[in-house]
Amino acid sequence: FALYFFLPPPAKYGGRHTVTLIPGDGIGPELLNHVREVFRFSCVPVDFEVVHVNSALETEEDINNAITAIRRNGVALKGNIETKHTMPPSVKSRNNLLRTSLDLYANVMHCQSLPGVQTRHQNIDIMIIRENTEGEYSSLEHENVPGVVESLKIITRNNSLRIAEYAFRLAREKGRRRVTAVHKANIMKLGDGLFLQCCREVASGYPDITFDSMIVDNTTMQLVSKPQQFDVMVMPNLYGNVVSNVCAGLVGGPGLVPGANYGRDYAVFETATRNTGKSIADKNIANPTAMLLAGCMMLDHLKLHDHASSIRNAIFTTMNENRLHTADIGGQGTTSEVVQSVMRIIQSKGQLTAEF
Amino acid sequence: TKGCSSLEPDGSDHTVTLIPGDGIGPEISTAVMKIFEAAKAPIRWEERNVTAIKGPGGRWMIPPDAKESMDRSKIGLKGPLKTPIAAGHPSMNLLLRKTFDLYANVRPCVSIEGYKTPYTDVNLVTIRENTEGEYSGIEHVIVDGVVQSIKLITENASRRIAEYAFEYARNNQRSSVTAVHKANIMRMSDGLFLRKCREVAENYKDVKFTEMYLDTVCLNMVQDPTQFDVLVMPNLYGDILSDLCAGLIGGLGVTPSGNIGANGVAIFESVHGTAPDIAGLDLANPTALLLSAVMMLRHMGLHDYGNKIQTACFDTIRDKKVLTKDLGGNSKCSEFTADICRRVQDLD
Repeated sequence: FALYFFLPPPAKYGGRHTVTLIPGDGIGPELLNHVREVFRFSCVPVDFEVVHVNSALETEEDINNAITAIRRNGVALKGNIETKHTMPPSVKSRNNLLRTSLDLYANVMHCQSLPGVQTRHQNIDIMIIRENTEGEYSSLEHENVPGVVESLKIITRNNSLRIAEYAFRLAREKGRRRVTAVHKANIMKLGDGLFLQCCREVASGYPDITFDSMIVDNTTMQLVSKPQQFDVMVMPNLYGNVVSNVCAGLVGGPGLVPGANYGRDYAVFETATRNTGKSIADKNIANPTAMLLAGCMMLDHLKLHDHASSIRNAIFTTMNENRLHTADIGGQGTTSEVVQSVMRIIQSKGQLTAEF
Repeated sequence: TKGCSSLEPDGSDHTVTLIPGDGIGPEISTAVMKIFEAAKAPIRWEERNVTAIKGPGGRWMIPPDAKESMDRSKIGLKGPLKTPIAAGHPSMNLLLRKTFDLYANVRPCVSIEGYKTPYTDVNLVTIRENTEGEYSGIEHVIVDGVVQSIKLITENASRRIAEYAFEYARNNQRSSVTAVHKANIMRMSDGLFLRKCREVAENYKDVKFTEMYLDTVCLNMVQDPTQFDVLVMPNLYGDILSDLCAGLIGGLGVTPSGNIGANGVAIFESVHGTAPDIAGLDLANPTALLLSAVMMLRHMGLHDYGNKIQTACFDTIRDKKVLTKDLGGNSKCSEFTADICRRVQDLD
């Protein structure tokens, strides 16, 4: 989903790219190791610069190092960094800090039904574009009177126009027919009203694409009964959180869908639902699909399309034809079995690979 | 179970304030009254209109006779109300909420056998804080092009809703309460809400307490709704989640809802719209209002009547012979109602 006119060409030295890798917590480290394993095996010309972020520290030194590394390399692949509840409220979510500092304003997620995965609904094909920097995630809170807390939700014209523009451009590029704005402007008349107005303004510049809007509670109701009616959806931050998780659940769960965060200058790839997965960490049962597909999205961004397709096809073959599934989608395979299968399929296609 | 304050000591009928509402409101209210009559439920209906009027001092208020009736009976049953666009007065639902301090919105979502959806075995309750949070209505334009909406979370309201949730769980034999929040992002506001829930949980050791992020709840809800029992949450999340759960069981046309207020007031309502396109044509589906009325009976301690009416309603739906159009049939509202009345009488 890289829009070439926005992002500068990725940095390359000696024909190899350097990408920042942030392992994060929970299942992040093990899944990213598998990604590295598959990339090394497929001789992908990418070197990873690993930056650790310790979520137990209160200082922001670690996350600032990570941000600097991403500024340097332009591209990153990350696991989710835990936000510990025991910390005081002044310690903000590290993931959020990363997104806002790098101005990664568009979170893009493509939810597609996979033929090999059993779900209640079929034929889902929804692209979700979520504003990623403002809205309810502004982290501006204060307690004026003891026992009364105010949290500010900020909506700006600039960011709303920007995200709407991104959504429509992407829709046109991908040949999609319809963009739906999700909002709650009947209650938040000024805030979501502004967002909706910006979407309408941008829509008028794209007469080939149908634009409509839907209130968020009705949207969730429609999603669980008839998700096939949606095409492209654009929305502010919090509704994006809800809708993207609902859609991920509809197509098979958090282990399947990759996500991307795009800004004007940087791109960061991760799993779409941003789970830490502490309870399944280090047990070799996590589903590597989402993280591997995120890696493929990153390869497409770096214009290494052949590598991306080869790995992606291997993943889909494993999922849909071999039906090698991990526990979260009803199977009994382990993480390593899935990864081994992916690598075997890549090798069988006759491309250059490293030692097994 | 909560004792009903309108219980007449001499055993005579309980008074309930009935607000038929607009659009299909009057016809579905009539249907409910017919079914209650067939069940011989000890309810005396007092019909009132709540269209806002301007009181002394220029403030909008609900008509005094409606307020007086509610204050006396403490129990209300309400049909859908029209949302005015340019009438000048605020939303009627908002006015009712403010007048009676309806702080808890309760929606039990149970799969209806006979009305198939992709989700079976749903059996959960969403309890939503209904007075503050994101719906405080406080918005400002800071500078041109920058808007700020304020989300308000207070200690008192959070404690009150948490207490209600645990009381409800205990009184209705539910085993667990889950607090839904986003305290990783909204550290102070949702953090306060969560803290209050934890404090109240200490007094209800017989009920299991868990906490879960909003996104995790959404993710798990659409994959396996059976893992949830009672959910308690602030206003916005409650709005979204309660509609999501309604969608799981078949939509707003079959979902009951109750609003609990201070001073023992409780108003039960159908949450669908007024459906002006089918109003007066005897095509409406009274199920949502009927199930809300059943919720009301249970709240008043009249479980036998509640169960009888609910069984009759579910049997009619399962039988599939006289369904209204939205349920997949082509019968009239009156035929659907008559079938339920017949079954209720047979169950005696």
